[in-house]
Amino acid sequence: MTQEATEAVEIPTQLPIVDYLRIGDDPHLAANECAGCQARYFDRRNACARCGKEEFRSVRVADDATLRSFSVVYRAAPGIPVPYVSAIVLTDDGTSVRANVVGLGDPMKAELGMRLRFTTFTCGTDDNGTDCVAFGYAAA
Amino acid sequence: MSDAVWVLGTSMTRFGRYPELDAVDLASRACMDALADGGVTIHDMDVMGAGTLFQSQTGMGQRVQKQIGQTGIPVYNVTNACATGATAIRTVYLSIKAGEAQMGLAFGVEQMGKMGLLRGGAKAEEKVFEAAGRYGAVTGVDGILGTETMPGVFAQAGMEYACDYDGVGFEQFARVAYKNHQHSTLNPLAQYRKEFSMEEIMGSPVQSYPNTLLMCCPTGDGAAAVVLISEERLRSMPAEVQKRAVKISASVLTSDPWVESGQVQPDVNTLTRNAAAQAYETAGIGPEDLDLVELHDCFATAELIHYDNLGLCEPGGAGEFIDSGGPFRDGRTPVNVSGGLISKGHPIGATGVANVYEVTTHLRGEAGDRQIEGAKVGLTHVIGLGSACGIHILEKAA
Repeated sequence: MTQEATEAVEIPTQLPIVDYLRIGDDPHLAANECAGCQARYFDRRNACARCGKEEFRSVRVADDATLRSFSVVYRAAPGIPVPYVSAIVLTDDGTSVRANVVGLGDPMKAELGMRLRFTTFTCGTDDNGTDCVAFGYAAA
Repeated sequence: MSDAVWVLGTSMTRFGRYPELDAVDLASRACMDALADGGVTIHDMDVMGAGTLFQSQTGMGQRVQKQIGQTGIPVYNVTNACATGATAIRTVYLSIKAGEAQMGLAFGVEQMGKMGLLRGGAKAEEKVFEAAGRYGAVTGVDGILGTETMPGVFAQAGMEYACDYDGVGFEQFARVAYKNHQHSTLNPLAQYRKEFSMEEIMGSPVQSYPNTLLMCCPTGDGAAAVVLISEERLRSMPAEVQKRAVKISASVLTSDPWVESGQVQPDVNTLTRNAAAQAYETAGIGPEDLDLVELHDCFATAELIHYDNLGLCEPGGAGEFIDSGGPFRDGRTPVNVSGGLISKGHPIGATGVANVYEVTTHLRGEAGDRQIEGAKVGLTHVIGLGSACGIHILEKAA
């Protein structure tokens, strides 16, 4: 058996739903922060959209947050469970994040300004048995 | 002599559903009617601007020329999300401003049928998770990491305003839809012309709270067109033609500048504020001078925040503005007397041209039952997510 074939059969038990979610013992969000003005981006940028600087560093995004805005979504594309609470949260270090508010039971319990905390959960499993790990925010 | 650009002719099809026609038929009809309205023909045009979103790669301008006249003039086929129509107008406006053209035809068209919910892909069951795209997503994120659907995104835009200011909630958003449905009963070109009670609006199926079904614009088909002309050329036209011409006092297009939250929630505010400031300065007027406004009410939550963005109310006062009747047709600044996108309809490429048709018709005093009496100045506004904002300020001929 070749070396490549040996590596190919290593299947991860978990994968993050997006690459800015870091999973493991200390799950958190990571952003690319501009070295000039501290603007944060979840994807790669050629230059900072705010100040134009081309240097970025990876930073951890705070777990605690406030609910800035939300919508309770009752109509979505086929296969997407409804209702759910779509939210824009502002973390305590000033980063806006889009995610669901989870664990409310009744989605209409969402309230503008409520305190939230980052959490992760499994949202699916593929044919290899790999779990997809997603993130959301729960009432603090 | 002023280098102003004027609206010489304009027309729109009724918005609705036309399964027996195609987009070329609809656009050709609007173009022929706009040319006739201005007393000119395609042979007088020096330039064409053609706007469509969903058929943007089909050479729409040239296809329409084959229906109404192939004269060899330059065609700019444009797409700019929901600001597509306003962008088509601006290509013609800029050609005239640049001195390359004396007269031009701009149109917007869309054939959407019953397209239903825009954005937000159906959930696919991945056989094997594999990272893809700029965020390395291993599966569709809509519904897991918030919403990508339009009713939800614009609900969040409205709820953010509600977070910042008192006196804004479900009832204020619903009242916007109540007004626009009521206004549309007077507009024979509106897709829907039915009045609904507040109870019916608030009780209709919730799409994305606080937007219920009756607070969302429909999809549909339609086209609109305008003929623009330079001041110099206008002065050579017959007196009765000059009298019906409407001056474009400002034509502005902006994109969204950086804001912290922009990467997760499209910012429809800052670019509207920037466009409004530029437009008011160019036209030499303020929001208090406006006799009517046609703004981008794709959802009730969107209209409310644009009262503030366009300076129609005190800062933070959009809730009080709608509660006090300010944007109703008998209020301080009538907004969307056509019925707006919510009830007149929103065939995307046509929208930014149709709102120029609407304001022009009022300034000419030709709006029939829905006429705002004595209207002299009006403003049109569209937002395309991504984002683009187009604003035009129009003035009645002196």
